[in-house]
Amino acid sequence: MTVLLSTRGLTKRFDGLLAVSDVDLDLTAGDVHALIGPNGAGKTTLVGMICGRIAPTAGSVTFDGRDITTLPAHKRIGLGMAYTFQITSVFAGLSVRENVALAARGQPVQGDQVDRAVCAALDKVGLSDRAQEVAGNLSYGHQRLLEIAMGLAQAPRLLILDEPTQGLSDGEIARFTALIEGLRGHTTVLLIEHNMRVVWEVADRVTVLNFGEVLAEGTPEDIHENRAVQAAYLGTG
Amino acid sequence: MSRDTARILALHGGLLVLLFVAQFVLPAYHHGNLARIMVLASYAIGYNILFGYTGLLSLGHALFFAAGMYGMGLGIQHGGLSPAPALLAGVVAGAVVSGALALLALRTTGVAFMIVTLMFAQAGYLTILYFGDYTRGDEGFVLQTAQRMLWGIDLSDPTNRYFAAFTLFALCLCLSLWLVRAPFGRVLVAIRENEDRVQMLGYDTHAHKLAAMVISGTISAAAGAAYGLLFGYVGASFGSVQYSILPLLWVLLGGAGTVLGPFIGALFMFYLIDLSSGLTAAYMLIAGVVLVVLTLFAPQGLVGELRRRFWKGLP
Amino acid sequence: MEIGPYILLASLEGAVTAAVLALTAVGLSLVFGVMRVVNIAHGEFFMLGAVLAWWVANTVGGHPAIGFAAALIVAPVLVGVLAALADMTILKRLNYDPERTIVATIGLLYILQQLTLMTYGPDARPVEAPFNQRIALPWIEHTEAGWQMYYPWGLSTTSYKLAVIGAAAAVLAGVWAMMARTRIGLLMRATQADREMALAFGIPVEKVYALVFGIGAGLAALAAVLIVPIQQAHYLMGADPLLLSFIVVIIGGLGSLPGTVVAALLIGLSDGIISVFFSPTLAKILATLLVGLVLVFRPRGLFGTRAP
Repeated sequence: MTVLLSTRGLTKRFDGLLAVSDVDLDLTAGDVHALIGPNGAGKTTLVGMICGRIAPTAGSVTFDGRDITTLPAHKRIGLGMAYTFQITSVFAGLSVRENVALAARGQPVQGDQVDRAVCAALDKVGLSDRAQEVAGNLSYGHQRLLEIAMGLAQAPRLLILDEPTQGLSDGEIARFTALIEGLRGHTTVLLIEHNMRVVWEVADRVTVLNFGEVLAEGTPEDIHENRAVQAAYLGTG
Repeated sequence: MSRDTARILALHGGLLVLLFVAQFVLPAYHHGNLARIMVLASYAIGYNILFGYTGLLSLGHALFFAAGMYGMGLGIQHGGLSPAPALLAGVVAGAVVSGALALLALRTTGVAFMIVTLMFAQAGYLTILYFGDYTRGDEGFVLQTAQRMLWGIDLSDPTNRYFAAFTLFALCLCLSLWLVRAPFGRVLVAIRENEDRVQMLGYDTHAHKLAAMVISGTISAAAGAAYGLLFGYVGASFGSVQYSILPLLWVLLGGAGTVLGPFIGALFMFYLIDLSSGLTAAYMLIAGVVLVVLTLFAPQGLVGELRRRFWKGLP
Repeated sequence: MEIGPYILLASLEGAVTAAVLALTAVGLSLVFGVMRVVNIAHGEFFMLGAVLAWWVANTVGGHPAIGFAAALIVAPVLVGVLAALADMTILKRLNYDPERTIVATIGLLYILQQLTLMTYGPDARPVEAPFNQRIALPWIEHTEAGWQMYYPWGLSTTSYKLAVIGAAAAVLAGVWAMMARTRIGLLMRATQADREMALAFGIPVEKVYALVFGIGAGLAALAAVLIVPIQQAHYLMGADPLLLSFIVVIIGGLGSLPGTVVAALLIGLSDGIISVFFSPTLAKILATLLVGLVLVFRPRGLFGTRAP
């Protein structure tokens, strides 16, 4: 079992407010790893430090055996990370196809491969028939799916999904979980998720974050039984 | 070639054919105007790369236009260059100046970027005035006919001048059309829409913006150098704030982020001001009114409206 | 004149510049602080103040003091109302989008300037000062006979210039009192702090904006009325105050009133003294470069501490 990504003592302070405190996280290659926790627990900040959007106050990030703590975001993406935004941020003025093509071209692939990657990604999320539409005209749920398609088109080794199922219908969620199942084994997935049904269904490992600290980590079963987690999170959620 | 690509080539090629044929039928006055408009439109095309496609609103492009004009003009006047290397000197000056300003100004965004470009352009304009011994300041200097012989072609002759302006414009138009349809141009558009997201797709957005600003500044400088050479005059007023506002005005009027917009905007604005300057000395009033009306009622501009209503895929 | 008295004279002239500049820049800063927009037409409101002052003084006639007093009230109020109207018809409809507002106020700049050219004409015209006694200033020098006080030739100011400094100080104190002590100032500060929250608490944000834009322009016009007996009214006179106000507001920290006043003093005084040593063009080149570089490397201003 190789570790694809690990953080050691990762900490972020905003104007004296401790958002993330001393987090050690290890992602096993090929796993679907869920990151859960109440609102404001520091999940998005933690992930922001992993993919280079936020500079950490202290600690380190290692990806594939290489220290990437000071690497700018676009270079981390070049190493094989992909990040889909929590707030839908597709390019509203461009076509669906162009959105995904931009994602595919961000990787060192050429010509036909781009077209193939675009078609495959759109097909997987079920947006093939809307490829020519302007992304801003899509429904909210479809924009979320487009966001995921962009992540897939990057063919990442580590796919980070920030609340991907928020606002999706039940049918779309089922499609999403099937899609994640399809990735298992060859793509490592870090999934920030509020929908516990999705977490229990797809996650191999679960990390619970509370007040910026790791409260618990384990298999979904371990977490499900964990009293501290129940008290902090499940009981109120 | 897809059907859309064929239509796009037909439209833009059609305009170039029209402009080429126009020189044989237009009366002398409009013939001269159109030559001037094509050079100014080339300037606007350069501006549009940065503002229309990349979403960076510069208030300092007169610096690049003037860098081209003075790089060329001083090269001829004091460096003893012939027009071809002088033009090259102007273009290189524009590339260097825009690269330097980009390195500084791109550390800022939004309103600060606008003010920073405005301030450095103003410093450039004042520098032209300060070295009045060489630049002749506000008064400027005239390039003699003998200094304007490009490869034996007399650029002060109206027919040659029109053809030279047409060549520059055609080059700039084709370059801009190719650029914005190429993957590089698509990334610029994406940066305009959401820079953060582009970065998270693995692109070095800073490098892209830097390149966009240098390309934009270099095209502007080429237009400035050509303007000085074709019309035989180099003056500080081309480096003033007004010449930073004008390309913004043309691009807004024609349609920011459209390939044809800069030309359409420059054409309309030129004749609007031309007509009104017959009525009043305060012709910049028209520019002011058009700016306010456009921001209020038609932020897309003329070609932008056309695209919105009739042709979604128009580049 | 020797260098010592010369610098004293330059500082006095600089103090007048600083006083007028502080008023103009505080107007710009107030608008930026509360509304988060940059008003490029600010210099034209200054120019309008001067031109209207000439118009009022000429219409009223009689003793120069009467005309000037009338101008002191009429010009800023008219300019303020005009600016408030511009806010309600243009800026409000742009939703105060920062970039589009800049483009629109550039348009407004040309409209005001060119309309003035069409009506008022291209000439520079003076307004007579209400009072203008020459005041000779003493200088102390160490000679063989010990410390001596004497009146160097050319070292003088006028009662009017001193009055300008006093008036500007009084108005600035008034602006500060309005912001700190009155209900309307409270509404402005609340709107500045959080527009959405202010709306939620039922503060008429749009009216506050129109008022702030009007007061900002009115301050520029007032500054112009004060300076017009010293400089003349001309349709292109708005460019320099705009540039200098920018310098002051950016160096003082965007939107910070105390920072703006300190920066105005610094710039006004150094402007007087620098022009003793440098050519005005070189001084302007250095000033514009300074603004650019401060924005690039110290976006919070040289004195600002909080984020803009």
